Amino acid sequence: MRESIIMKIHYGTALGAVALVAVHVLMRLSQKFDVSLSYQNVMANYHLLPYALMLEVILVLLSVHGFNGLRVILLELKQGATYEKAINYGSIAAMAVLIAYGSRTILMAGMGIS
Amino acid sequence: MATVTVPKKESQNLPGNPKESQEQQKTVTLRIARINPGEDAKGKFEEFKIPVQKWTTVLEAILYVKQNLDHSVALRYSCRQASCGSCGMKINGKPRLACYTKISELESETITVEPMSNYPIIRDLAVNFEHLFSTHKKMKPFIINEESEIKPGAKEFIQTPQDLEKFLQFSYCIKCGLCNSACPTMATDASFIGPQGLAQAYRYTADNRDEGKKERLKIVDQSHGIWRCHFAGSCSNVCPKGVDPAMAIQLLRGYLLGFRK
Repeated sequence: MRESIIMKIHYGTALGAVALVAVHVLMRLSQKFDVSLSYQNVMANYHLLPYALMLEVILVLLSVHGFNGLRVILLELKQGATYEKAINYGSIAAMAVLIAYGSRTILMAGMGIS
Repeated sequence: MATVTVPKKESQNLPGNPKESQEQQKTVTLRIARINPGEDAKGKFEEFKIPVQKWTTVLEAILYVKQNLDHSVALRYSCRQASCGSCGMKINGKPRLACYTKISELESETITVEPMSNYPIIRDLAVNFEHLFSTHKKMKPFIINEESEIKPGAKEFIQTPQDLEKFLQFSYCIKCGLCNSACPTMATDASFIGPQGLAQAYRYTADNRDEGKKERLKIVDQSHGIWRCHFAGSCSNVCPKGVDPAMAIQLLRGYLLGFRK
């Protein structure tokens, strides 16, 4: 993939994440902070489909943005064909693992499985 | 560290103006990095006490050392008027042209000269420009236009002052390499194209006579290309010709992001 496309995704995910995390934080302010983080309240959030979907989107946006950022840092740190290949594929793999693990948490909580 | 003091007889030959009266003389300590990568990559500094005038440049001071105190100091220089871009070096920690930097403007009793960062050192103050020139060449620094060949009946390309304004300042680049030396990305990423190459890519891309935009954008759009610039702006800060490579990089990004056509 061309670097400009990757960077467009990088900037896009950053903007998207800022907007959605803002919504996520504002939801905490809809009631008292300690109440908003009580077990029942958090579980209720997961049971609400639009909110659970938003959490899933945040997870994807932050994973893509974060691991691409890490990839860029590591590419600047050291160079070499094998190293760069390992970093590129490693980042994609780490991204996929994190999204899979996070999605599993959201799904299980949404379905009431603890 | 060795300290060499100017013998009385030699101090008659002042850098800059040999005829100036001795009463106006000021002395500064010139610390020159002495590095021979073949022997000792770390190197050392040697100190020389030299007389200077208000107008003495750092290059003149180094040449004074070469002529009178230690002829083995290695440096690259040529035009002595900030045109050739040969005498770039770190002067008191900042990349500058030695011929364009007056000792008086540094406002320091001790002047430290070192080879530019981010380049392999050949010896002392002379560095290897191979990467700089090869990257410059990769950017296709010429007008790409099939109609540019002189044919019978061919007309000149019309260019308005506004068209010229888009790239003019970037054509003032003298390839001195100071921008690459100041670039923090180049310090860690040896494969990075660097501000000099990217500014030249913009210079030709923005030229309305040129038709090589697609080719150049493809060259800079790679993992060690334009996207690795963090916009620190150090390149623009050190350019002796007033070129703003940091701006060129942002403008070039505009083409890739679709903000510019």
